[in-house]
Amino acid sequence: MVRFLLTRIASSIPTLLIVSATVFMLMRLIPGDPATLMLGDLAQPGQVEAMRRQMGLDQPIAVQFLIWMGNVLTGDFGQSIATRQDVLPLILDRFSVSATIVLVAVFFAALIAVPAGMFAAWRQDRFSDIAVIAISTLLLSIPSFWMGLMLLLIFGLQLGWLPIVGYVPFSRDFTGALLYIIMPVITLVLVESGSITRMARASTIEVSRLDYITHARAKGLSESAVMWRHAFKNAFAPTWTLIGLILGSLLANIAVIETVFTIPGLGRLLIDGIYARDYPVVQGCMLFIAFIYVVVNLIVDLIYPLLDPRVTA
Amino acid sequence: MIARALGLPRLRFNGLFGGAMVALLVLVAIIGPWLAPYDPLKLDLMARLQAPSAMHVLGTDEFGRDILSRLIYGARTSAWIAFSTVAFAIVLGVVFGVLAGFLRGWTDRILMMFNDAFLAFPGLLLALGFMAVFGASRNGIIVALGLAYMPVVVRVVRGTVMSIREREFVEASRVMGNSEIVTMMRHVLPNCIAPITVLATTMFGWIILSESALSFLGLGVPPPAPSWGNMLSTARPYISQAPHLIILPGLCISVTLLAVNMLGDAVRDWLDPKMQD
Repeated sequence: MVRFLLTRIASSIPTLLIVSATVFMLMRLIPGDPATLMLGDLAQPGQVEAMRRQMGLDQPIAVQFLIWMGNVLTGDFGQSIATRQDVLPLILDRFSVSATIVLVAVFFAALIAVPAGMFAAWRQDRFSDIAVIAISTLLLSIPSFWMGLMLLLIFGLQLGWLPIVGYVPFSRDFTGALLYIIMPVITLVLVESGSITRMARASTIEVSRLDYITHARAKGLSESAVMWRHAFKNAFAPTWTLIGLILGSLLANIAVIETVFTIPGLGRLLIDGIYARDYPVVQGCMLFIAFIYVVVNLIVDLIYPLLDPRVTA
Repeated sequence: MIARALGLPRLRFNGLFGGAMVALLVLVAIIGPWLAPYDPLKLDLMARLQAPSAMHVLGTDEFGRDILSRLIYGARTSAWIAFSTVAFAIVLGVVFGVLAGFLRGWTDRILMMFNDAFLAFPGLLLALGFMAVFGASRNGIIVALGLAYMPVVVRVVRGTVMSIREREFVEASRVMGNSEIVTMMRHVLPNCIAPITVLATTMFGWIILSESALSFLGLGVPPPAPSWGNMLSTARPYISQAPHLIILPGLCISVTLLAVNMLGDAVRDWLDPKMQD
């Protein structure tokens, strides 16, 4: 067990290194000199030269990477070109907004979709199963940004029940914050429950064909006991991995939702950074999101043996 | 449910409906220029934000451009980008996957180390990074999404090659004195076609979704060229005045994705009996 945990943790170190190198190289490929960008159009050539030295741009690329990695490890993600703010506090601030929405949404999506998928599997090929698959395939096919725009159109503009754009932190105004995040959260719950339902159904069906389930039924256990006590744990394991993947990738995909509802989240910070060619911000956001993605998947994998002890063997 | 009413097995229905809709999309994409009633770029400032009428069947947008024509050209854009991207990702993915799976050893280890690191990025994030480098352009999207989704192909192809190369008929080909390359091309690669087809169908959907998301964010197909994603993005300010500008392009994306997903389910069950439920 301990060995499994340690190998899994160690195996993510080279991944994180290459991920950082990729982000670093990508940023170097962006056309334009960072020092000129930093100083603006009116800078004298001498100033640019001095700035390049100060930013370490006159060093070989490998040295630049090592310096940058060193800074990142000490929490120094550089400064925004546009606002001169430190990038890391900016990211953390925006991250708290996005993470709230993502966590709440994925929690409710799983709460609805896992039982729905198991129910469909239990009623396999009957009307209710086909209805569940049809609905989840439909949900899976609607892009989140369009789902968001439709909710906005119906509940925000036509019915006027919910505020259409903006965000207030929970710490400032709890009910206000709740009203603002209802639509983004419902959008994500609807969209993501499609894939979770299908996964939960497929893995439940796979498990329910195994001999031990037949054995449990033959013992005379009730269907619900067979389902919850015997099938659930094994069937939930693959779904759990999917939930982890969704949790991590939503941090990048949420940019579209934040655009629809004008929420100042991490995704929006990244997109605005790309528009403004604010490369320290873009670099910081990409690295941060990729790190979170790797770490979330690591945590998911580390919890996995609790659901399915066979993987440690 | 409709399948039941028609008396068809669900998968047959999925395949037929999905296949027909995808074929329709491709057809519209190809004959679009003859189908569209107007030039999708032609401005008519006297006819801004019109509701559907006899003149403009689906209404006009904020510059008086005909929506139906723009949707048809949008189908062209999406279909072209999706096809080229899938082709790009599959070709690169097969090359690297086969190299890794067949040569094994250090080549495999190093290729896979980089591949896994690329897989450690959420697809859209990597694509956004590439778009930041290339700037918003049609070819930029193809390369960005192609590179972002290639690692999945590499994984699948390598896995398949690894398992097939251990089979007897591959050994037989070697014993017969065929060179490694001939064995590879004649006996191993053809057996990778089924999993690649399944993956390509699924990827087609991912790419249409990602392209529309990138375009919606303003980092995909640059205006004024129409794509379903950028039509949604430019229509956002007019959501209360002209809701049809928002409803129609999204409906096109959703119906296309539904068709691709249904076709994907059918193709997977047809070619990959292991996954059948």
